[in-house]
Amino acid sequence: MLTFTIRRLVLAIPTLLFIALVIFLLLDMAPGDPMADQPLTIPPEVREEMRRALGLDQPVYVRFGLWLYQFFVVEPLVVIDHLFGTAYSAGQARVISWQFKSPVMDIIVQRLPQTLWVVGSAYMLGVLIAIPIGIVSAVRQYSVFDQIGTFISMVGFSVPTFFTGVLLIVIFSVNLGWFPSIYDTQLRVTDWSSFGQQVRQMALPVFVLALFNAAQISRYMRASMLDNMTQDYVRTARAKGMDERTVVLRHVLRNSMIPVVTVIALGVPSVFGGAIITEQVFKVNGLGALLITAINANDLPMVQTLTFIFAVLIVLFNLVADVLYGILDPRIRYD
Amino acid sequence: MRVKTALLGVASLAFASQAMAQSTTRGEDGNLNILFWQAVSILNPYLSGGTKDVEASALVLEPLARYDENATLIPWLAEEIPSLENGGVAEDLTSITWTLKEGIVWADGSPVTANDVVFTWQYCTAEGMGCAQEGKFEGVTNVEAVDDRTVRITFGAPTPFPWVAFVGGQSPIIQAAQFADCLGAAAAQCTEANTKPIGTGPFQVTEFLPNDVISFEANPNYRDPAKPAFATVTFKGGGDAAAAARAVLETGEFDYGWNLLLAPDVLASMEAAGQGQIVSAFGTNVERIEVNLTNPSPDLPEGERSTVAHPHPFLTIPEVREALSLAIDRQTLVDVGYGETGRPTCNLVPAPEIYKSDDAECAAAYDPERAMQLLEQAGFTDTDGDGVRENADGLRLSMLYQTSTNRVRQDFQALIKEWWEEIGFEVELRNVDAAVYFGGDPASPDTIEKFYADVEMYANTFEGTDPTSYLAAYTCDKIPSPENNWQGQNMNRVCDPAYEEMLAQFQGTADQEERSRLAKALNSYLTIENHIIIGLVDRGRVSAHSNTLGGVRLNTWDAELWNIADWHRLDN
Amino acid sequence: MTDAPAAGPSSATKMPMPGPDVRLAAAGASQWKDVWRQFRTHKGAVLGATFLVLVTLFCILGPWIWRVDPGDLDVRNKDLRPIYHALWDSGAKVAWAHPLGSDNLGRDLLASLIAGGRVSLAVGWTAMLLSMVIGTLVGVLAGYFWRLDGVLMRFTDLVLALPLLPLLLVMMLLFRDSLRAAFGPEMGIFLLIVTGIGITSWMNTARIVRGDVLALKEREFILAARSIGTPARRMIPRHILPNVMSSIMVSATLGLASAIITESALSFLGLGFPSDFPTWGKLLFDSTDRMADFPERVIWPGLAISLTVLSVNYIGDGLRDAFDPRIRGR
Repeated sequence: MLTFTIRRLVLAIPTLLFIALVIFLLLDMAPGDPMADQPLTIPPEVREEMRRALGLDQPVYVRFGLWLYQFFVVEPLVVIDHLFGTAYSAGQARVISWQFKSPVMDIIVQRLPQTLWVVGSAYMLGVLIAIPIGIVSAVRQYSVFDQIGTFISMVGFSVPTFFTGVLLIVIFSVNLGWFPSIYDTQLRVTDWSSFGQQVRQMALPVFVLALFNAAQISRYMRASMLDNMTQDYVRTARAKGMDERTVVLRHVLRNSMIPVVTVIALGVPSVFGGAIITEQVFKVNGLGALLITAINANDLPMVQTLTFIFAVLIVLFNLVADVLYGILDPRIRYD
Repeated sequence: MRVKTALLGVASLAFASQAMAQSTTRGEDGNLNILFWQAVSILNPYLSGGTKDVEASALVLEPLARYDENATLIPWLAEEIPSLENGGVAEDLTSITWTLKEGIVWADGSPVTANDVVFTWQYCTAEGMGCAQEGKFEGVTNVEAVDDRTVRITFGAPTPFPWVAFVGGQSPIIQAAQFADCLGAAAAQCTEANTKPIGTGPFQVTEFLPNDVISFEANPNYRDPAKPAFATVTFKGGGDAAAAARAVLETGEFDYGWNLLLAPDVLASMEAAGQGQIVSAFGTNVERIEVNLTNPSPDLPEGERSTVAHPHPFLTIPEVREALSLAIDRQTLVDVGYGETGRPTCNLVPAPEIYKSDDAECAAAYDPERAMQLLEQAGFTDTDGDGVRENADGLRLSMLYQTSTNRVRQDFQALIKEWWEEIGFEVELRNVDAAVYFGGDPASPDTIEKFYADVEMYANTFEGTDPTSYLAAYTCDKIPSPENNWQGQNMNRVCDPAYEEMLAQFQGTADQEERSRLAKALNSYLTIENHIIIGLVDRGRVSAHSNTLGGVRLNTWDAELWNIADWHRLDN
Repeated sequence: MTDAPAAGPSSATKMPMPGPDVRLAAAGASQWKDVWRQFRTHKGAVLGATFLVLVTLFCILGPWIWRVDPGDLDVRNKDLRPIYHALWDSGAKVAWAHPLGSDNLGRDLLASLIAGGRVSLAVGWTAMLLSMVIGTLVGVLAGYFWRLDGVLMRFTDLVLALPLLPLLLVMMLLFRDSLRAAFGPEMGIFLLIVTGIGITSWMNTARIVRGDVLALKEREFILAARSIGTPARRMIPRHILPNVMSSIMVSATLGLASAIITESALSFLGLGFPSDFPTWGKLLFDSTDRMADFPERVIWPGLAISLTVLSVNYIGDGLRDAFDPRIRGR
């Protein structure tokens, strides 16, 4: 397994470089222009001048090379400087956002906390709810619990978040006034009362997202459990006199985890990607909101950097999933 | 004369501050919450012309003069408005001299001098800068400091309207000391200066999170010791217009919500919640349909579509264009899309009053019968009974109608499509993502400049009160084409020597009456007479503020937050 | 990790779709009968199937029964409430001409629901089937042939990493005009949207299927089948596919829902159907602002999407049970 992991990690480098290139070309090809959010009153010559200032008159390979250099050389140097107080990066141009004229990585670091707080906790909550629901639904297939669970999760998945989000705001913020409708990113948790405030402002977006995630994962959990419940080894285990709890939790669960692990691993990078619509509805302004505004403003350095980080996480977590398969079922081999 | 006005100014200032002093002291009203659903990216109008960024900068950076809500030019950092009468504008119209108010200091306590003004000009015109406001300095050949408080701007040619540079929220004065190392290509690297500029305005930045939140606190060195009434401002961004309106009008979490472009019934039902009120004012923003005078047909080879080489088969016929205009019920459009905050118009220049053509008749005319008559006259009848008219050559009145993706615009599309189909057109709708539509990327077929459609709809406006550059866009050399990489503002591809001659007259005269007459004639040529631009709605600016917020005077001629120093909390 | 083999399916030698070749031809008919019999006993599945057939019929035949054009504007009769509203609010603005009410431009909600359903169902099914086919193919190939695994999974990573919006914009740029010329504006945009959604949503299915296949490949019954020389082309349809069916079913159910919703998100971004084409997702999105005043405008399209997805889910459950011989006897 170790050699497999190392080999995959080494292979990941050319893969990621290739992905970076494809993303860059795609963004370059996409119609749209960073001048779109400038008012029409700005004359065309000035617009052209502004484009030149962004380096848009350079050929694609120069711009891609520059981004690679800035991302893989300058940005790490900045991190080193920051940690050790050195000055290797002095005078080197960092990856600069076209919208903000400030370094892309600084903004990403700034946005990370709220995304992790809201989307991350929603995801964890979703997983924590989904697995027991999936197990119980499978063990007691077609019971009342299963039926209600199925209904809620299907409705939860099929009603889009742009609707549930607004619905919850109308009910809980406008009519009942229990929760704020706007997330305060400057809130610092220092004591119990600010913690309470943080929980209150997280409640609605976390609920919306957790419902969506739990719906998805619990379906896979239930289906996979059902597949395994009828296998012969379960009958054997029962015949050996094991109690039902051990059978379900030790044998069936473990063998049913493979699709669930895949879905969870696929979901983790998207936690970092943020939840675009939910973040917008509740004005969380995390990475999802950052990405969508960058795409709308055609802020290519920002989009490129964010999607590339996203790609790194995808490759990484898919590797994690592969390693986990091997642990869950040692017969799985990759060579 | 000069002394007298100055004295009057001092007297009125003294009176005003006395009146205010009774009600406010600096910082007594606590925190002000402002919500901009289009979040602010940067606090430097020279690097981004986006309205949201210009608005937020107005809290910190200030120009020499501003327009007030009645479109009157008022001195801001300058002592008075230079004019021919007071000698501030040279007789030959080639220079203008501004004098700074006495004793103005930056937020860090250092004095504002004429050198800062000169530096601002150098900053924006530096090579490789890509200054968004370069248009403000068009024709300016030199800006020099006469003494510490006096600046002279020299133009290359006589300029009848010289109050452009350093006027309005788009071209404020920046501090030379702070931006000294940010000239040219280095401008984008100056993150600290671009996000925390030192200004003369009522507030200064304490924390800046791009596209999220900006925190401001009262500027301790602001020139009026009694203002601003608020100690801090939280400037939040993100979400959409509906959510912003909800936060101000329904939940009361925010005090001010900006640019709430929502259907009138939605706004009205939110206002009924009783937490806040809607404010609106009219400016020069007109929602219009632009008619393509060239042929956008996809059958033409790429590079010849929508170019002057191929005139449009039927939209070049005046009767057809007039029929299109007559078939539109503008009042219904207003009712559906804007309510109180819009009014029907046919004009391109709907304001100020001195430049506005009389369009009352055209704006009220909804006459499908007459439209059909015109089409008959032009030789278009429905011979094969499919509901679409064609002429003797078999040319069908079939059009592609494009606009950006926006709920109100899609409602307009649906209505207008129906009306046009009633008089015998066939209309296909297309809506394009705004980032593409307004982006001007020459590689995309969907930009307003490329105009690969028969008609397109959007809104445009002009800055300040002078429509010169706006009307100057409709000349032959400003037609977007493959040769100029599809840059240019003459979307309709209007090319008429008579128009250009009239325009040259307009640009050359300083006589106000003559300017009014010519501006109206130019506007009418494009709209009421020829229907090349079909005006639809004169769109007001709509914002909302909480019932406890006082002092808001919505201004469409300058930054909306221009008088934030006067805002205060009402006790009720 | 030592106890892992014990937990493994050590005696799972039974094939899920048994029966030697000779008997298969004769048994074929009765096997399908068995499946049908089992399916009928699943109440949820029968209900779901009935609902789905009704909704589909409603959308297909609707325009002949309810002869109102969804695009017809009737500004004088705008903002009508549904007819049942008159039951508790006698002052409500209702009219029999618009039984479910009308929107802010006077378009008939019932007609919009019918027209929207046609588009949404067509987009949902086609995009979902497309993504299932691609996903299953990639997943099975990658899981079964380890030589293909690396290439296919890296390709999956690549597609997963691509930002959806610019990708669709590029597709739009490249293919819209040629598709419009070849198939007309409506069909052209339909094909574009369906392919767009299809080719950007198969990755999860592929990864899940691959994971299942990797585990399956080491099971005894596969080893047994392989040891008697069963070639891959027979192994995959007979032994592998039936055993990954339940994951695919779940993916398909969820995929249908997300295809319908993605379509509405696309129109919101200006990448979808022209604005005069109602779809369920778009009706829901457009009415969100007026949810408090006109709840019916969100309830009906919302219900339509949810119930359709729910019924597909139950049908999936029913099919899975019906195809599983171990359950069938119960």
